Amino acid sequence: MARSISYREAINEALAQEMERDSRVVVFGEDNVGGTGAPGDIDAWGGVLGVTKGLYGKFPGRVMDTPISESAFIGAAIGAATGGLRPVAELMFIDFMGVCFDQIFNQAAKFRYMFGGNAVTPVVIRTMWGAGLRAAAQHSQSLLSVFTHIPGLKVAAPSNPYDAKGLLIASIRDDDPVIFAEHKMLYDTTGEVPEESYSIPFGEANVARDGGDVTIVAIGRMVNTALEAAAELAGSGVEAEVIDPRTTSPLDLDTILESVENTGRLVVVDESNPRCSLASDISASVAQEAFGALLAPIQLVTGPHTPVPFADSLEDLFIPDVPKIVGAVKTAVDWSK
Amino acid sequence: MTERIQKVTMPKWGLSMKTGKVIEWFVAEGDTIAKGDDLADIETEKIAGTLESPQEGLLRRIVADTGVELPVGATLALVAPAEVSDEEIESVVAEARAQLESGELGGEDEPAVRTAEVDGRSISYVTLGADSGDDGGEPVVLVHGFGGDKNSWLFVQQPLSESHTVHALDLPGHGQSGKDVGDGSLDTLAGTVLGFLDAVGAARAHLVGHSLGGAVVAAAAARAPDRVASLTLLAPAGYGKEADVEYLRGFAAASSRRELKPLLGRLFADESQVTRQLVDDLLKYKRLDGVAEALAALVETLLDGDRQAIDTPALLAGVSVPVTVVWGSADRILPVPDGVTLHRVDAGHMLHMEAAGEVLRQLSL
Amino acid sequence: MTGTLRNPVSQELGPDQLLEAYRMMRTIRDFEERVHEEFAGGDIPGFVHLYAGEEASAAGVCLHLDDRDAIASTHRGHGHCIAKGVDVLGMMAEIYGKSTGSCKGKGGSMHIADLSKGMLGANGIVGGGPPLICGRALASKQLGTGGVAVAFFGDGASNQGTTLESLNLATVWNLPAIFVAENNGYAEATSSTWSVATDDIADRAAAFGMPGVIVDGFDFFAVHEAAGEAVARAREGGGPTLIEVKFTRYFGHFEGDQQLYRGDEVAQARDKLDCLKRFRARVTESGQLTTDQLDTIDAEVAALIDRSVAEAKAAPKPAAAELLTDVYVSY
Repeated sequence: MARSISYREAINEALAQEMERDSRVVVFGEDNVGGTGAPGDIDAWGGVLGVTKGLYGKFPGRVMDTPISESAFIGAAIGAATGGLRPVAELMFIDFMGVCFDQIFNQAAKFRYMFGGNAVTPVVIRTMWGAGLRAAAQHSQSLLSVFTHIPGLKVAAPSNPYDAKGLLIASIRDDDPVIFAEHKMLYDTTGEVPEESYSIPFGEANVARDGGDVTIVAIGRMVNTALEAAAELAGSGVEAEVIDPRTTSPLDLDTILESVENTGRLVVVDESNPRCSLASDISASVAQEAFGALLAPIQLVTGPHTPVPFADSLEDLFIPDVPKIVGAVKTAVDWSK
Repeated sequence: MTERIQKVTMPKWGLSMKTGKVIEWFVAEGDTIAKGDDLADIETEKIAGTLESPQEGLLRRIVADTGVELPVGATLALVAPAEVSDEEIESVVAEARAQLESGELGGEDEPAVRTAEVDGRSISYVTLGADSGDDGGEPVVLVHGFGGDKNSWLFVQQPLSESHTVHALDLPGHGQSGKDVGDGSLDTLAGTVLGFLDAVGAARAHLVGHSLGGAVVAAAAARAPDRVASLTLLAPAGYGKEADVEYLRGFAAASSRRELKPLLGRLFADESQVTRQLVDDLLKYKRLDGVAEALAALVETLLDGDRQAIDTPALLAGVSVPVTVVWGSADRILPVPDGVTLHRVDAGHMLHMEAAGEVLRQLSL
Repeated sequence: MTGTLRNPVSQELGPDQLLEAYRMMRTIRDFEERVHEEFAGGDIPGFVHLYAGEEASAAGVCLHLDDRDAIASTHRGHGHCIAKGVDVLGMMAEIYGKSTGSCKGKGGSMHIADLSKGMLGANGIVGGGPPLICGRALASKQLGTGGVAVAFFGDGASNQGTTLESLNLATVWNLPAIFVAENNGYAEATSSTWSVATDDIADRAAAFGMPGVIVDGFDFFAVHEAAGEAVARAREGGGPTLIEVKFTRYFGHFEGDQQLYRGDEVAQARDKLDCLKRFRARVTESGQLTTDQLDTIDAEVAALIDRSVAEAKAAPKPAAAELLTDVYVSY
């Protein structure tokens, strides 16, 4: 039964359904319950933006708060995963990766390889990313490319409620370490989501819109922005194909290549900083694999090489918008003339 | 005089359709049209189809421009005898415009999707025409095929509901029904249909089945002929041994758009019927927990190696329920069998979608 | 809550257990001495960090553990591996980077692991182990296995944020965890008396709400008794303990380290404090074991080590295709 729920509710539902199905799934992070040890209400917060609200009541003993010590509790999630649990730990903001990155990239990501195939680490680390909340430089980054770079990790970045539920269920069922990245500006967006459990495979992009003139690959919140740009472009007779990779590791390069073979033009929209970004990664792969099909240079629409500013006027300039995407498409389309 | 002006309106194709667009008109003002003539191609979010004329007469005015999104029920054209004055036509056109602007259209509620518990499984269904008195208390039950659901009857259920109570159900493993199919055998599925009749309080019903659904309703009739007023089998499974095995096994196994899309073209005579929405809806269905297992079990019911495993004529031998068989002459999934009395229609395997009008005319209820 | 054990007792240990303890320590000693020799010969790639001198710590703790229990180790992990039951032949082959190694030659000395034995691996990151151990302890608690988790870490790691966070978390979550700070006096080339702010690492226990104890790391029985108390406490749901083991390492931080920063404490320790010598003396003087029994073990261990080196040298390197395998369960 599909009904319309929010991205936040879709994530909450995925957690609840998986916890119901598999008693080994445990959920913890800072304020994931909210109120532990305090005299007032327990489950007062249910996560800083309410994503885990209500889970404590349904699964007491399996949903826990943690002290603010990421290395310890992210590391604990990883260790627990090797010991028979399927933990879903929350790294509240992706910007906090600095205080626990070793546990993620040197331990979890490498166990299987270093131990010659004799380790299974089914841990999910949920984390919030992205700009737009006026949360300033240390709470607004898009550091997905850093995790994508590390062999041994998988990275999912859903752009809508349907994908959020299906990918989180897939992440929890996955036996490899997964970084599940939730864009903070998408929590209130709504969409049709089946009540039943379902799982979306990793490495399968979603073609959000068909079109024959240009391929736009967009990530996370930028998928919606790209769709708005595509609607505008249709008005001037340019039909854009919008591809949402959904997972950046593994990446469904085949779908992107197939599209570029057909359109001959690629625009990649990624709100992160430009150097060593997902945009540059995708662009390089496509340039190598589909060079012959390209009618124009690949256009990258990204944030600038700066931290995310606080002032709303500046943050709005930082984030790629519809005019920037339309402009990039026009550059590509006009190139062949 | 305005009673003689008949409106051609935006049809409701499917439970969730809210709006549609006329893509192309095939008739012009001044044409005389007969019932069943193709009037226009209409496209909705989910499907594209051809609007057939529900009446005969002189087409006086085309009200809807092509490419404009209009709500279900909006006036598309006016049919009226030549004697009706232009002023009266204009006033109805003005009325239609006002109605559109008022936003009163398209607000009707979707019919409620209900659930029945049958043999410990939850069966999702939609009933239209529940107030129909003239079906003699014998409703019609529509049973879809392998990998389908109750929405595939979108061009059939509404028109039929004008004269009958029509239930369209989701078989176990499909749509919004529970995904557990047990052993996935014909017997289990037939039992579910009979159980469904109990659940909706129907002593007897007309059963219409497509593809696997055709074999299911035949099996139900064989088991309990006294419950079945008539059988209409649309491209049913179990006639002959040939089948597009690659399609059936491929559909069950496909887990990505790339794997699924090429297969779906085989379902239709007109491959443009495979819209993005169709592919997306099927992918979403296939990702639901339990579907892969259900389809795998059902494939083993349908096939024995690379031949059909079911023998529907054998099931029906000696069963004295009236049977009508209809087949699309361009069916690539289950080819038209020899030596069977059947009506051909101009369509592929999904005849109830591609040639709904013709199929409706063949139903002898 | 901190203290030093005096006159530790060994009456709980029967002859079989004493033999097992001796075999464990002897195996570690001979393994490390042999690796020291072989490394000098140039056949062993990369880095090795040897545990010789510290055997009583690994043995004293691990004798209380079984396959339910997990341990995390350090870059100086061979001793912990052997004490936890990791196969010696596989270990030596791993150190040589051969396909028959515990990790198919893909991990090396610093990453030898055997998860089936609860050995979470030697770890190349100082302080990498304690958080993982909090996780294993959490899993044991959630799954009701009765298992405990032990983090072995050095004086260097005792200053690492991950260790301090883990001590805190283990108490806050009341985890069945044991933290064993192996204080061999040096974090690489820097003395712990300088780098650790307090006199004893065990002082940190109180700061994190858990019992702390200091033991003489050259005395197997002292370690064994303190560990026994900590393991019992953990299994009974009494939460974590910090044990500081004080001793010295015989070899350098890594093989090749000239140890110019040290005095003559190694020679002194080998002569007067050595845990194997002390163990042997004690169990033979008390009549619990005979010299013959111990000599037999010496011979068996020597043969095992010889065999492990011979087999490791003869084994093939991993096939080229192994470069790309074992990154994911599925991708």
